[in-house]
Amino acid sequence: MAAERPVLVLDRVTGGYGGAEIIHEISIILGRGEIVTLIGPNGAGKSSVMNAVLGTLVIGGGRILLHGEDITGTPPERVVRRGVSYVPQTANVFPNLTVNENLEMGAYVRTDDFRPRMDEMYELFAPLAGRRRSPAGTLSGGQRQMVAIAKALMVEPDILLLDEPTAGLSPRFREEIFAVVEDVNARGTPILMVEQNARQALGIADRGYVLVDGRNRTDGTGAGLLADPEVGAMFLGGGTAEPAPAPSPGAPIGTPAGTARGEARAGRRDPDARPPSAPGARRR
Amino acid sequence: MMDFVNFHLIPGVVLGSIYALGAIGVTLTFGILRFANFAHGETMTLGAYLTLTLVLLTGWHALLFLPVALALTALLVLAMDRMFFRPLRHAPSIILVIASFGLMLMVRSLVQVIWGTELQGFSKGITLPWVLFDSLRVFPKHVVILTAAIALMVAVHVLLRHTRTGKAMRAMSDSPELARLTGIDTERVVRATWIVGAGLAAAAGIFLAYDSHVETLMGFKMLLPVFASALLGGLGRPYGAMAGGLVIGVVEELSTYAWIGSEPLLPPGYKAGVAFAIMVAILIWRPSGLFRGRVF
Ligand SMILES: Nc1ncnc2c1ncn2[C@@H]1O[C@H](COP(=O)(O)OP(=O)(O)OP(=O)(O)O)[C@@H](O)[C@H]1O
Ligand SMILES: [Mg+2]
Repeated sequence: MAAERPVLVLDRVTGGYGGAEIIHEISIILGRGEIVTLIGPNGAGKSSVMNAVLGTLVIGGGRILLHGEDITGTPPERVVRRGVSYVPQTANVFPNLTVNENLEMGAYVRTDDFRPRMDEMYELFAPLAGRRRSPAGTLSGGQRQMVAIAKALMVEPDILLLDEPTAGLSPRFREEIFAVVEDVNARGTPILMVEQNARQALGIADRGYVLVDGRNRTDGTGAGLLADPEVGAMFLGGGTAEPAPAPSPGAPIGTPAGTARGEARAGRRDPDARPPSAPGARRR
Repeated sequence: MMDFVNFHLIPGVVLGSIYALGAIGVTLTFGILRFANFAHGETMTLGAYLTLTLVLLTGWHALLFLPVALALTALLVLAMDRMFFRPLRHAPSIILVIASFGLMLMVRSLVQVIWGTELQGFSKGITLPWVLFDSLRVFPKHVVILTAAIALMVAVHVLLRHTRTGKAMRAMSDSPELARLTGIDTERVVRATWIVGAGLAAAAGIFLAYDSHVETLMGFKMLLPVFASALLGGLGRPYGAMAGGLVIGVVEELSTYAWIGSEPLLPPGYKAGVAFAIMVAILIWRPSGLFRGRVF
């Protein structure tokens, strides 16, 4: 492992959306075959890290290396062509396109015959097989998330970036998505994943990074972070943000993660919490 | 009764199919480039004048030049996009609207300088209608226009549903951001949108000129009903634009029928007000239109 070159490196990356810098000197490494999880409170800059890789964040400093090559500032369509697939946190399917058409668009950069790949996707995500001709916008949240991931997998990516793939899903769908993530990874695809369901995500991750206020806070192995009491506290409390109830002693980190998520969601709607950035307004 | 069909319903359907062709371009530009293109009317005018020039040069029938005129108009519009809209690609949409307004004035003036302002026609002489079942009168040109318009709309359908580029157009209309993140070549999709929109607009202009005459204000006069059609169908919805065009065309023509007594319900001079009234009504009561389009 040590001798191998990581597939993706963020080396002290700073950047924002044209105004103030949102992430500051973030460093992240994704090694071959790894699952790496990013966790952190709302607004920590996790999605912005993803955007930095895809080339939609304005980079003010640092470097992003893909297979050792500098891709800093490369526009998204070129990053995708270089084998990076991204499932955004919101608006990650084309609602008026059918499931089939969404997968075809996922394969847009392919020039070869992608039908076998499509069949594989319908095997991997069995619930989608009966909905091929339904507009993606008419599916349930869980199925839509499956479409989003299947669409990203159509190119047989070298790297998969997932931004909160289980957000807002029922436990059943959550299990299913995590199983797919492990399955895809087991076939050799390294995965960088933002997750709020911390216990489960860290449970399947090789390593994890905790981001707070746009900076690296801690990192370690998945198991190491799970055992870290500070990580647990931060997760439920939102770290340096507004005070939140301390976790009751002995409460497992992951179990209330759904709750934490719920609170976080509610927090978003609170106009005082993050005034200018309702999720809908951020990415349309 | 036959007067109703001969002089109102059939011309209404023909006019509606012409509006529909124009409205598809407006709605596609709105969905994919995210602005209301005021220069769209001038695209229709250009199509008609390019055809007129070819007719005057060769003496052949205007409709023989349909493919050439569509292609030439599309090329001109691509050049305009290069010069005027591409530099503003990421600007707020109001900037693009204003730019298109400026472009509209420029193109119209240019057309007037080149071709003059007097009315002209594709052909001299009058054609007589076919008379069917003793009283149904159908003009051959109306049959031709309607057939060609339907063929073009079927082509649009095939493009949007069954080709990679057409699906990418719909994808971009859904979410330009996700399209980019998916690796879709968005500039290519934009070019395809201009080509389709301009081609259909040119066809609309040519059909209108073939039905009546060529004049420099024809595109401008079409702008209102065509925008109303796009709005009625729901902005960003090509099938809505087709339906909206048909409705506006038919309602315009029916508004001058003598529904009560022997006088036209609406004096023909007020026909243009019908589209306007429909547009205002949609904006007030159902801004998303018939097919749940985008609301701005
Ligand atoms: N497109 C954008 N334009 C301007 N500011 C943005 C944009 N997207 C995010 N931000 C701001 O950047 C900061 C970090 O947001 P980001 O989405 O990266 O956080 P996150 O860690 O992914 O949060 P969440 O858990 O809510 O998804 C926030 O303050 C947000 O308001
Ligand atoms: Mg996020």
